[in-house]
Amino acid sequence: MSSTGTPLLAVEGLTRDFVTRRGLFGQPVQVMRAVDNVAFDIQAGETLGLVGESGSGKSTTGRMVLRLDDPSAGSIRFEGQDITRLGGAGLAAVRRRMQVVFQDPYSSLNPRMRVGESVGEPLRTHGLVAGKGEQRDRVAALFTQVGLDPRFMDRFPHQFSGGQRQRIGIARAIALGPKLIVADEPITALDVSIQAQIINLFLDLQEQMGMAYLFIAHDLGMVRYLCHRVAVMLRGRIVEMGPTAQVFGDPRHPYTRALLSAAPIPDPDRELQRQRIAYEIVPPPPGAVMQEVTQGHWVMAA
Amino acid sequence: MPLLDIQDLTVRFDTGEGTVHAVNGVTYSLEEGETLGVVGESGSGKSVHVLSLLGLIPRPPGRIAGGRALFRGRDLLAMSEPELRAIRGAEIGIIFQDPMTALNPVLRVSTQIVEALVCHRRMSRAAALRRAVELLDLVGIPEPHRRVTQYPHEFSGGMRQRVMIAIGIACEPKLLIADEPTTALDVTVQAQVLELMRDLKKRLGMAMIWITHDMGVVAGIADTVQVMYGGRIQERGPTRAVFHDTRSAYTWGLLRSLPDHGQAPEPDAEGRRPRLLQIGGQPPDLFQTPKGDPFAPRNPWATERCQQEVPPLVQAPGGAPGHMVAAWYDLRAAKEKAA
Repeated sequence: MSSTGTPLLAVEGLTRDFVTRRGLFGQPVQVMRAVDNVAFDIQAGETLGLVGESGSGKSTTGRMVLRLDDPSAGSIRFEGQDITRLGGAGLAAVRRRMQVVFQDPYSSLNPRMRVGESVGEPLRTHGLVAGKGEQRDRVAALFTQVGLDPRFMDRFPHQFSGGQRQRIGIARAIALGPKLIVADEPITALDVSIQAQIINLFLDLQEQMGMAYLFIAHDLGMVRYLCHRVAVMLRGRIVEMGPTAQVFGDPRHPYTRALLSAAPIPDPDRELQRQRIAYEIVPPPPGAVMQEVTQGHWVMAA
Repeated sequence: MPLLDIQDLTVRFDTGEGTVHAVNGVTYSLEEGETLGVVGESGSGKSVHVLSLLGLIPRPPGRIAGGRALFRGRDLLAMSEPELRAIRGAEIGIIFQDPMTALNPVLRVSTQIVEALVCHRRMSRAAALRRAVELLDLVGIPEPHRRVTQYPHEFSGGMRQRVMIAIGIACEPKLLIADEPTTALDVTVQAQVLELMRDLKKRLGMAMIWITHDMGVVAGIADTVQVMYGGRIQERGPTRAVFHDTRSAYTWGLLRSLPDHGQAPEPDAEGRRPRLLQIGGQPPDLFQTPKGDPFAPRNPWATERCQQEVPPLVQAPGGAPGHMVAAWYDLRAAKEKAA
């Protein structure tokens, strides 16, 4: 569905069913389809935004891409390799090149480990540093790169503010020089004045290291700022996808229109003028397919 | 006489690691029917200052270290818990961010609304139940006759927040306090709740204090905006004045750090994409007694005096009536010089 060359990440027919009720003998009686036949590509160095409301399946999609959750159907290709069923050493090798940044870095950092150790851990695990001294040097460089004072290396996670902890999480994610970072709501838990700092850091790091991002978020304003392309999810399906300017400037799916028109504008004159487009959520029809309306801009028939 | 008149409110938390200076001399008043939007980040004192008025902060570790808060002429801070209980939910309604923790999960919605009406309004149970159905209808819950007997978990997130609003306004309060009531909601649901609140305010004529971190939300709902930082008011005034004639460097930084919703950012000739304007530094350490302006360490226009002395909240020179700012620096002059 994308433009040129072998994409860094290619997802096809991705589906995830959760059994919500089992029968007497453990057989599935009721199944909830969280992600339904999702397909998208990400090129090297590109940022794809994945937006949608709670329960739309965007986080589950991100977890499957990372292989933290197993798809019920579909395939995930990373750097041309099918990683859908990969395990053991093969998966470990892929994880060097694909990293994650979570919403709450506090829950993903070991509270008893000095943050410098947490950031250096992936380097050590993958045998990329010869000794303690080299590890400290590499971690110090990573701290500087994400805007943290390297003197903070020996502190513990609780001694940092939310924004600083997110920088630590990002330092850990970029330690191995990944090709793709899946960022799941990385700024949602941060104070407004810190969100811009982190978005700018994502932009800086992409320019320096050429990584691609799958950026999962519900803040449409930030998505518009950061992402080259955006995909809108509704009830487990992608209903619209295209270049950010196209999707925001000329939304075609009624749900995308409703979503964009609902975001409050931080300007009293424009906010009081804003016309909200209501949309009674209808799950996309099962057989609906995406159609290309302009180059690279795909919309599902409503 | 204003509906609410707060003078020099000061709140401290005594913890094992030291004293947290949560609210530091907050003074303002609220008129009948006025909607005040209180904006701030975590640790700004925006929620704590209101909860402390209602006796809703845990004491200890919390303690009201000074000030008074006259509500219709009576000092809330001097009241006993039974006196406050008579006011909470009756003359002052409250809506919280998370209805799942604020609603009683084992009681039917009808019971929770009826209790409030019987207790505060001395209504008969039958009349209170009729009123409960009317209230659910008023906040836009379909089939109110059927749904009133359901339990909170049977409602979706947005509908549950509507139930909270129904309870909050059940006794027709003079003042409704809403603490981040839409933060946990999806953006389309938030839009519906905001529309509902604007409509209810018009119909019921109550005053409202709406606490949020979202400048977009206050832009659409508040008559007056109050920006807090480090337990102090940095700026307050008519909404348009605060947004369009901003006088506090902190307010200005907050507004400028948001992506512009009207325009897409264009990359430059080398394909380098523009950066958001960011406020540098970290939020204040509330364990330290702030000597000067709490925002001074992050303010590029801070003067020597800002570091040493707390600026008083005064009428902004040449600004709209009631537009107040706490600043030793002159933001307008500084921006002109920069331009």
